[in-house]
Amino acid sequence: MSEAINYQDRPWMDPDAEPFIKVQSVSKFFGDFTAVDSVDLEIYKGELFSLLGGSGCGKTTLLRMLAGFENPSTGNIFIDGVNMNGVPPYERPVNMMFQSYALFPHMTVESNVAYGLKRDNLGASDIAQKVEEVLEMVELTRFRKRKPHQLSGGQKQRVALARALVKQPKVLLLDEPLGALDKRLREQAQFELMNLQDQLGVTFVVVTHDQEEAMTLSTRIAIMDNGRFMQIGTPTEIYEFPESRLVANFIGNANMFEGRIIENGPDHVIVQSKQPECLFYIDHGLSIQEGSKVWVALRPEKITVTKESTASGSNNTLKGMVHGIGYLGGHSTYRVKAGDTLIEITSPNQSRPKDGNPPIDWDEEVHLSWEASSSVVLTR
Amino acid sequence: MNDVAETTEVVQSGLGQRILRSLQTNWKRLIILVPFLWLLIFFLAPFFIVTKISVSEAVIQSPPFTPMIAWAEDGAMQIRLVFDNFAYLWDDPLYAKTYLNSVMIAGFSTILCLLLGYPMAYAIVRSSHTAKHILLMLVILPFWTSFLLRVYAWMGLLADQGTINNLLIALGIIDQPIQMLYTTFAVYVGIVYTYVPFMILPLYANMEKLDWTLLEAAADLGARPMTTFLTITLPMTLPGIIAGSLLVFIPATGEYVIPDLLGGGNVLMIGRILYNEFNANVDWPVASAVAIALLVVLVVPMMLYQHFQSKADGAT
Ligand SMILES: Nc1ncnc2c1ncn2[C@@H]1O[C@H](COP(=O)(O)OP(=O)(O)OP(=O)(O)O)[C@@H](O)[C@H]1O
Ligand SMILES: [Mg+2]
Repeated sequence: MSEAINYQDRPWMDPDAEPFIKVQSVSKFFGDFTAVDSVDLEIYKGELFSLLGGSGCGKTTLLRMLAGFENPSTGNIFIDGVNMNGVPPYERPVNMMFQSYALFPHMTVESNVAYGLKRDNLGASDIAQKVEEVLEMVELTRFRKRKPHQLSGGQKQRVALARALVKQPKVLLLDEPLGALDKRLREQAQFELMNLQDQLGVTFVVVTHDQEEAMTLSTRIAIMDNGRFMQIGTPTEIYEFPESRLVANFIGNANMFEGRIIENGPDHVIVQSKQPECLFYIDHGLSIQEGSKVWVALRPEKITVTKESTASGSNNTLKGMVHGIGYLGGHSTYRVKAGDTLIEITSPNQSRPKDGNPPIDWDEEVHLSWEASSSVVLTR
Repeated sequence: MNDVAETTEVVQSGLGQRILRSLQTNWKRLIILVPFLWLLIFFLAPFFIVTKISVSEAVIQSPPFTPMIAWAEDGAMQIRLVFDNFAYLWDDPLYAKTYLNSVMIAGFSTILCLLLGYPMAYAIVRSSHTAKHILLMLVILPFWTSFLLRVYAWMGLLADQGTINNLLIALGIIDQPIQMLYTTFAVYVGIVYTYVPFMILPLYANMEKLDWTLLEAAADLGARPMTTFLTITLPMTLPGIIAGSLLVFIPATGEYVIPDLLGGGNVLMIGRILYNEFNANVDWPVASAVAIALLVVLVVPMMLYQHFQSKADGAT
């Protein structure tokens, strides 16, 4: 029985869908430095696509090429089927929200927002109405007559967003849009962004180096390093099935164990690690030779810490000594030393400690265990 | 006896400490006092002296003007203020014409300096780090040679038998020398040449602070380069334009050397009149009145500048 797949929320899985933005082996050189290294990328209509990576990996450069401020040294960029090579920024159907907001300091909030509309030669009443609407949406109607220097960081950010949105671009490029906001405002703004994407159907490309933000916001994430994409996928794919150690370490924390494949079954593999000595039984097959060197990534929250041994077999368990405890309210982190290796574990605090004594204390011997589906094998 | 000595000592050390403490807390004010005194002595005092002379009468003696305060025979003090000199300036159309001419030449030169200096400052700001310093050095370089020498050099270039005419004749473009020296044209050349650095430097300082992402933002919102220039670049560099224009306009209005050497007797500018009244006519009171009137002509744009400046300061 074949079931019709609903591609609505996952257009990248639809073989017939046309990508809205198509980046074709684009490189950017600054002198002899390669900032973006022949990347390929397809982004579909209505996506909220995040570019995630460390400082200097080329995120802004890629975004600036989409906006038209830089020309690709090689390769092509198509937006809505049109080759953007040599098309100046003012003729592209994209708008960008700058990392620094780039609000015009000599204009009021209102004039800042109206600036783009005036360039489209709209009538005065049309402009006034659109400005009114968008200011209402970002809740800035009260501040319309203010100059940018009279606004708070969060208000500036909303003006910048309103200014880019009011043009109703097909693509909105956001360079670290929430970088300057505190945690609370940031979360609020993240949900506002997601709402906007839902309501307006605009395609968002968001640059960030905050992995949590990328996880919350995105339909898909591209992890960048040194001008290349390491992996492109949904937040879940990237978190649960990282393709490399770099990606596993970049998104969330991971305990990494080096080992060799000692058994390669059709539905499982067994990896033996020396440091610490341990057998990993992993429930996914792998097309790789027995004996090859691999790494096992194990997320801190997927390990169970207990005082007594609960494991039935010898696979997927470790014995160690508690080396450190960090109490974070909702959960605690433990550092457990097994052999010479420090393993990080996070575990939720489901009940209050009795008599002020924590259930697990420093320098106690503990048992660690995890499921066959908890860890992933990485080959690079 | 002993007691008294001790108290004075206590008082003295207390006073020393107090002076020291007030020095520590007020040192900023003291530092400001120094340039303030400088201005008072070297600018305000001459201004008052000139004002005083401008309301006296010319006489053939030394100094060549009547004293303001005289003593009558019965010992009473008399203060004599004569406003005839200003009335004379007002009545003789030569002066009005000269003022107007000076302001017009200075104003037009300022516009030329702006048209020339703005793109130059822009190019300097946008050039690479090393090129920037070289270009700035080139702007300042002429100041290493005497101003007078450079004006004489222009005479050599512009004269009937000068370099430019000789070159044009040699190339067969003209067969009679074009008269350039001792014309208004030469005065413009001289003023623009001399004052364009004063336009470039404040513009450069202003543009250096300009946030270039604003121009990208404008382009991103659909503004063509010309629109971006008119709506963003120009308003943002207005303080630089005003500062540069005043730095050119004010000294150019009172310029003496350039109209005298390059304009000859043909170009009327207030600086030359001033010089003639002082030296040729030895009429110090009229010369002083000319100077005071010039000051009034120049104070208006200066006050405008103040106004713009304080407005710009308030905005940032
Ligand atoms: N105009 C330029 N000239 C020379 N090198 C540049 C230029 N612009 C960027 N680079 C270099 O290209 C690399 C990528 O820069 P980019 O701004 O894209 O980084 P990023 O990923 O946005 O980093 P961040 O997270 O710090 O903003 C950096 O190493 C940077 O030094
Ligand atoms: Mg960046």
